[in-house]
Amino acid sequence: MTLQNKSLFELRKLLEQKEISSKELTGFFLERIERFDSALNSFVTVNDQALAQAERADEKRARGEKGKLLGLPVGIKDLLCTKGLKTTAASKMLENFVPPYSATVVTRLEGEGAVTLGKLNQDEFAMGSSSENSYFGPTKNPWNPQFVPGGSSGGSAAAVAAGLAPATIGTDTGGSIRQPAGFCGIVGVKPTYGRVSRYGIVAFASSLDQAGPMTRTVKDAALISEVISGFDPYDSTTSEKSVPAWSEKISGALSGKTIGVIKEFVEAKLHPDVKEQVDRALAMFKEAGATVKEVSLPHSDLSIPVYYMVATSEASSNLARYDGVRYGFRADFSAHPAESVEEFYCRTRGEGFGSEVKRRIMLGTYALSSGYYDAYYKKAGQIRRLLADQFMAAFKQVDVLFGPVTASPAFAIGDRVSDPLAMYLNDIFTTSANLVGVPGMSVPVGFSKEGLPIGVQLMAAPFQEQVMFDAALALEERAGISERLPNGY
Amino acid sequence: MISKDQILKIAKLARLSLNKQEEEQFADQFSAILGYFEQMSAVNTEGVEPLITPTEMEFHWREDEAVQWQNMGSEVVERSPDHSGKLFKVPPVVG
Repeated sequence: MTLQNKSLFELRKLLEQKEISSKELTGFFLERIERFDSALNSFVTVNDQALAQAERADEKRARGEKGKLLGLPVGIKDLLCTKGLKTTAASKMLENFVPPYSATVVTRLEGEGAVTLGKLNQDEFAMGSSSENSYFGPTKNPWNPQFVPGGSSGGSAAAVAAGLAPATIGTDTGGSIRQPAGFCGIVGVKPTYGRVSRYGIVAFASSLDQAGPMTRTVKDAALISEVISGFDPYDSTTSEKSVPAWSEKISGALSGKTIGVIKEFVEAKLHPDVKEQVDRALAMFKEAGATVKEVSLPHSDLSIPVYYMVATSEASSNLARYDGVRYGFRADFSAHPAESVEEFYCRTRGEGFGSEVKRRIMLGTYALSSGYYDAYYKKAGQIRRLLADQFMAAFKQVDVLFGPVTASPAFAIGDRVSDPLAMYLNDIFTTSANLVGVPGMSVPVGFSKEGLPIGVQLMAAPFQEQVMFDAALALEERAGISERLPNGY
Repeated sequence: MISKDQILKIAKLARLSLNKQEEEQFADQFSAILGYFEQMSAVNTEGVEPLITPTEMEFHWREDEAVQWQNMGSEVVERSPDHSGKLFKVPPVVG
């Protein structure tokens, strides 16, 4: 059976109709991981309990027990704690860390019967846009292994694109779900800030981080979003707003809906193939019955500096906990004892963190330091509010905001890694959604002339994911590429 | 714009040691990055309240009562690089 490009809904039906067991299905993906992943490097850890979990799911089904994801295998980005299963954040700092608890996202997925396949590779501490910053080596793009899968959720994206997992969970702080989803030709969703609990997710920037689904289809993403969303007493930034049955209510008929094309995004310097796909998508929206109009978000041009000031400041605080005392890496002081507590911390952190992580902690430290706080951190926060006001004004005129997700298709491994600023500019279209808190998603619509996937981005007003899913479905139905697999997969 | 000296000062504040390559490259990289961020100063933000939590904050109240959290204690200490009973152990610091 060709299962590797089937959606969660299709696989669920096969399980329900007893055409396949969860044990067989999970075994199928485990075998593919073993066969293909040494070339891709998308997994950090494969769950040696996956088959046992699958068997338990089969037993539950035999007993008549239900679960929205019963018996379906899912991969988890290595930034989310999984009880008893190594969680590294792709860093030397947490290389051997086995959490004593699971993230709420993981608990909810398992609560609906999902099977955890394993932990996926990423940029270290979610800091990067290419997955080249992993302590465990880069992940390759399955469409062309000389190219990056994007980041920081590169492993999560590559695994789904290559058919090594039917769905994965990623996290998105400045675009880390949407950009790799775009580069790998899959669906990636960043929910509204406050929809999904951050409890048990290794923190990068607390006012920006959100976990979300990475899947083959829009409806799959809507289903996973339903399962993982909802108030969590362990994360006081989660909302008590009810979670709609997005996957049930979803409809690609867009008459009465307005799509707002972001002027600054489409007028930016875009790779011609990206421009072509953006234009195709606009035609698809019109065909689905939507009205298309242009909106302007002038401060979106500043989203990179604002994001990098806010995110790095929050990161400098969040990563202060890695001090070698209570868990994680500790430098070797046996030959050369530390002469001060400061030296103990400096050597541990200096050896445990990669360069990009250090760069960002230091940028944040600088932005928050006395004499610079007003010009950098406070200023960024103020512009953030002005940007949010512009977004909310736009949503009074349109239902969905639209634009490219990246300026170009995936770039070659090694191309941008030695120029941090060039790497940061990859996030030019995605950081606004995190700053403002709105939901955003990437939908694949076509390919570049070189055969690399190209996605487009949709955003909706806070907590209005339904209309975003609807518009995405309209594109997916017309693009017709959700079953495509890279050559050889 | 940013000197190597400033880089070392910031690293010290952040409790980070840098390798040779980082010491060499960070000053230029920071200068380029912060130079790019200068655009922010052109925006008039007089009287604007910074936005911290992006979506509308909801306040969830509960009784302030101490609860035994699952298997606290030894299970947590076990993960430290060195421990003695229920205590985290660190090497003696000479200074």
